[in-house]
Amino acid sequence: MLIANILFYILSFVLVFSALIVVSSRNPVYSILFLILAFFNSAGLFLMLGAEFISMLMVIVYVGAVAVLFLFVVMMLDIDYTKLRSGFAKYLPVGILVSFVMLIELVMVLKLSFDSSAQKAVISAPIPEGATNTQALGAILYTDYIYPFQIAGLVLLVAMIGAIVLTLRTREGVKKQNITKQVMRDRKDGVELVKVQSRKGV
Amino acid sequence: MLEVGIIHYLIVAAILFVIGVSGIFINRKNIIVILMSVELMLLAVNINFVAFSAHLNDLAGQIFTIFILTVAAAEAAIGLAILVIYYRNRGNIAVDDANLMKG
Repeated sequence: MLIANILFYILSFVLVFSALIVVSSRNPVYSILFLILAFFNSAGLFLMLGAEFISMLMVIVYVGAVAVLFLFVVMMLDIDYTKLRSGFAKYLPVGILVSFVMLIELVMVLKLSFDSSAQKAVISAPIPEGATNTQALGAILYTDYIYPFQIAGLVLLVAMIGAIVLTLRTREGVKKQNITKQVMRDRKDGVELVKVQSRKGV
Repeated sequence: MLEVGIIHYLIVAAILFVIGVSGIFINRKNIIVILMSVELMLLAVNINFVAFSAHLNDLAGQIFTIFILTVAAAEAAIGLAILVIYYRNRGNIAVDDANLMKG
């Protein structure tokens, strides 16, 4: 149990530390790399909570897709990031003030009113004995939660179509192959028979 | 105090959420870091969900974490697509002068 406690503190300290660097780093590439570190550490926390599937999903979806997407965009756009940081010192005091007040409030709510030994709430999907986490999730995700699952698929579809529609552009002056035009071409508009008179040329 | 319980996970999630909020405040101009801060806040919400799921022995929290993950991925894709077309039109991504539609 001691090892687990030490592991929790290591994971959460690295998580909080890397989150702090994400919001305060000068270079957005470093922000993204520390965001990846934060995701890995939260995956470790999920493992400690017994949510293996969510943990692997964190690594695959967040690190493999979202963070790499961020990295792509940061490296694709040619932006002077030092200019974007110009208001950093101006906004820093109010940001720290607001977040400090919010943190105090959240921790006070947790400490004062949250009783972990209280009577447990109505449980909608108890964790079954003997099944792995992934099996148990799959067993209810495709049965009890099939409609939310389908809606999640629709959300992803809309996001995909939206991203394509937003970034699609037809550029002027780019020569493209028009296959229909190529195939529909016949002898009439391709070849012309010219009667050349002698000593006149074409 | 040192024995890890649900309250510790909730406090870590609260700290992470607050860091995300402060990231939005102090990086007013850099929309990429704002989007990353939103991802951090969603991560904090996920930690809360999974912590309660483990505490209450209820899988519904983990199911909802999957849906939050989906929405976070969709939001990042759309947000970055908007960022790319904004950059294409304006040549920079300073969102504090994104007031063209004010009229």
